Amino acid sequence: MSPEKAPLLTVNNLVKRFGGFRALDGLTLSIAPGEVLGLVGPNGSGKTTCINVISGLYPADGGEVLFEGKDISGTKSHHLVHLGINRTFQVPKPFLALTTRENIEVAIAYGNHPQGLTDAQPLLDSLNLTKIADRRAAELNSAQQKMLDLARALATGPRLLLVDELAAGLNPGELEWVGGKLKELARTNMAIIVVEHLMGFIEQVTDRVIVLNAGKEIFEGKLTEAVRVPQVIEVFLGGAHAA
Amino acid sequence: MLSRRLLRDAAFIVVPVIAVMAILPSVYSNHLLLFNFVVFLTLAQGVNILYGFTGYLPFGYVGFFGAGAYGFSIAVLHLKAPPLAALIAAGAAAGALGLLLAPLLRLSGAYFSIANLAASLAVLQIISNPNLEDITRGPYGISLSGVFNPTLAYAMALAILAATLLFVAYLRSSNFGLALQAIRENLFSASMAGIDVVRARMIAWLACALVAGFTGGVFAWYVSVFFPETVFGAEFSIFAIVFALFGGTSTLLGPIVGVVILYGVYNLIGVSAPQYFQLIYGFLIMALVLFLPNGLTSLLQRRGIDVP
Repeated sequence: MSPEKAPLLTVNNLVKRFGGFRALDGLTLSIAPGEVLGLVGPNGSGKTTCINVISGLYPADGGEVLFEGKDISGTKSHHLVHLGINRTFQVPKPFLALTTRENIEVAIAYGNHPQGLTDAQPLLDSLNLTKIADRRAAELNSAQQKMLDLARALATGPRLLLVDELAAGLNPGELEWVGGKLKELARTNMAIIVVEHLMGFIEQVTDRVIVLNAGKEIFEGKLTEAVRVPQVIEVFLGGAHAA
Repeated sequence: MLSRRLLRDAAFIVVPVIAVMAILPSVYSNHLLLFNFVVFLTLAQGVNILYGFTGYLPFGYVGFFGAGAYGFSIAVLHLKAPPLAALIAAGAAAGALGLLLAPLLRLSGAYFSIANLAASLAVLQIISNPNLEDITRGPYGISLSGVFNPTLAYAMALAILAATLLFVAYLRSSNFGLALQAIRENLFSASMAGIDVVRARMIAWLACALVAGFTGGVFAWYVSVFFPETVFGAEFSIFAIVFALFGGTSTLLGPIVGVVILYGVYNLIGVSAPQYFQLIYGFLIMALVLFLPNGLTSLLQRRGIDVP
């Protein structure tokens, strides 16, 4: 984290259980404005659960989530959006019966954008959605739906953006373009947490990463350093490779 | 742009429908049939508000209709309220039932529909309980002598229909209607668009309850004599749902087309070939489900036409 900036989001000792399974087991992290943090780890390590708890979709079973120093645990999702938190979904969930433009307009109407955004056109242009603006979201391909999901999130003017596997399924050209877009957003002082399996993409966009395993942090730092840590190698490749 | 759409829908659909239904009693003598058309035009739009815009299919929609009929009747019988004031009691009764049943909105899909049906049957059982004879007349039915005024009741039914049509036109042209459709499509994304899902859904639920409640009240006023089974009859829910689905929900025009065609056919074959009525009607509904699951208006929508 940049030492000169106060954290925008701080997660302390976060616990989330599903029955007897502890998906998050005392996770602690923080992120400053303008920073891009990667959350990586094997399947089931708690990355998406972490995003779901921060964005209010799941209530936490323990710990606290502080946004600008205020505890937002238990706050409903739409209030979090108004505070300045938004997210994309691992599987995009656009409003299929609505057009691309309407998908964005409804988020503009209800999202309380801090700069008072009133028109969907700048976002359509920015995310290359103008040509499909009047098509129903159900007619879009997977990559277009992902961009629409991102546009819906950006339409509310978030200061913290949680990005869940946005890169999966994109071709190399699209990956580079999306990576550039996220870095561009970070330069506007937006804090971004990126959950991703594609390490090349993580390396391209993040300032630092947290490696999770079984709901716990096992490493924090640069991705290039993470690949030299035996514990990280073990959870990704198995014990024989860590030796 | 949105308000232009509202004006267009009002000018080309709401005004003509109300005008036609206002003129018809002077040229067609079967006023009860015309009144029933108005009732189903309104109820089908009530179903449209809930199902078309939020995705909840109310199998027990008649519960609100019956609550309205009894709210009206109890206000007339026990409070000696004039009919117009009793109509407010009809809306209040349906609204109160809507609030009581609001927890059902936590369910979804078939679970909601079945729970809603069970709730309407429970209300019927309570209303028709002989122990409540002093209040509801129990199973012996209601007779509202002294307030019978079919002309004024018909006019009020038209006013309720106009208000309902305008509300649906508003939903089709407003951000609130867009928000309801977003909720129907995906709850999580709707929340992350900043929509207060619980509040928006509740407003749609209560609006749909009020539409049926006021219509039930005006029905009680028009017929003046009825039994609990009359105003809690499953056919009200079934007809309103089938008419709305047949025409096409989420549109203003669809449910109107559904009522005009299906209720028209219902009355035609009921008179000309009553022995084949259920057979023909059953085939019509099966054809709808098989070939036009999104209703008649979807034929136009598939061709890129924006159906009002």
